[in-house]
Amino acid sequence: MTQPLEVEDLGYRLPGTGRQGTGNGTVLVQDVSFTVGAGETVVLLGRSGSGKTTTLKLINRLLEPTSGEVRVAGARAADLPVTRLRRRIGYVIQEVGLFPHLTVERNVGLVPQLDGWPPERIAARVRDLLRLVGLDPDRFARRYPHELSGGQRQRVGVARALAADPPLLLLDEPFGALDPITRVELQHEFAALEGRLGKGMVFVTHDVREGLLLGTRIGLMLQGRLVFLGTPQEFRESEHPECKKFMEAA
Amino acid sequence: MSLWHFYSRNSQEVLGLVGQHLYLVAISTGTAIVIGVPLGVLLTRRPAWRGPVLGVANVFQTVPSLALFGFLIPLPLIGGIGATTAIVALVLYALLPIIRNTYTGITGVDSAVREAGRGMGMTDWQLLTQVELPLGLGVILAGVRVATVVSVGTATIAAAIGAGGLGVYIFRGVAVVDDTLILAGALPAALMALAADGLLGVAERRFAWRAE
Repeated sequence: MTQPLEVEDLGYRLPGTGRQGTGNGTVLVQDVSFTVGAGETVVLLGRSGSGKTTTLKLINRLLEPTSGEVRVAGARAADLPVTRLRRRIGYVIQEVGLFPHLTVERNVGLVPQLDGWPPERIAARVRDLLRLVGLDPDRFARRYPHELSGGQRQRVGVARALAADPPLLLLDEPFGALDPITRVELQHEFAALEGRLGKGMVFVTHDVREGLLLGTRIGLMLQGRLVFLGTPQEFRESEHPECKKFMEAA
Repeated sequence: MSLWHFYSRNSQEVLGLVGQHLYLVAISTGTAIVIGVPLGVLLTRRPAWRGPVLGVANVFQTVPSLALFGFLIPLPLIGGIGATTAIVALVLYALLPIIRNTYTGITGVDSAVREAGRGMGMTDWQLLTQVELPLGLGVILAGVRVATVVSVGTATIAAAIGAGGLGVYIFRGVAVVDDTLILAGALPAALMALAADGLLGVAERRFAWRAE
């Protein structure tokens, strides 16, 4: 069976000659390999600038890898037209990025609309998804993003990413900008959702508690490399100095 | 002779000149939109062209309008005496605010919104037409508003090269030192500018999308 995501020796180097101090030619990601199975969430944990977000953008080709290979549901990402690849991958970012001129309904239905679904099917799908993320469709479908709280917006962001039923979801610190209470609430709801969805997920965070709660496996990034990959239990017991630092900070 | 008296005696001519004036402004602003908006969009895709294109548009703005009309008269096809020359000059004046505001409106779209759109698999065209232009529309309309108001004023000078419009009364009034005649041209032009400013201001606020 093909996995939602296979990443092999992924690397990204900024264009340039690599002279010191210019920032050109700097290697941001190097030799990153991991696989995400259906129903599995790999959490990429690391400090700011460790290459987590860059890795995510290399998967949906917002950045083009300079080495290595990405396969999404068995298909080589580099061989697919970039828009088709991205429509197979749900993408959730910290700033949410809802379209302020579109209602919740149209935000969530965007990818199905781009893919040419009939309107009735989109409407039904949107209602299902809003219910899934805990928003009453009758109350929220016709609202605009500015009429929602931060937590509600991110719920819509998750619903939007799931709209076209992609095998893979990429989440970049989705709960990072929320207040602590809403964050914990959404983390627990998301933990319950993960199992039901049966999708492959890559979840980027620098919050080790969040990582341990949501990850089926934790990947620890340091200076562009994946230095540890294992279950939350293995992470807690790891002797790797960076893992220990993160556990101490928790 | 009072202004009202003048208008009631010359209502046909006044209406004709108002019509000519509206025609000059509408055709020139419309043409400037058709040229300026795509140019502004192009600048967001080719940032290196921004300096030269805005620079050239800026130069046209700094040339005094009477001089620009004068420069255009000897040119073949677009020159000569009459409305065509005036329209070309008015288009050149209207371009800068429209190009600049289109560029600003699109680059001002929240980068998270743009990243979300691209990350969801929108093509560049879909991103432009479904996200960037609708969200930048308020700022683009502000540019159209400035261009229109400036055109209404500048079009009065077009009478100097035989393009007609309300400037006809103003120039005639200046020539015979008749304040009523000057006012007969200036007042409707001012009202037209205020009306354009008000109407486009309403449209502009309608499309100013609140950020998240």
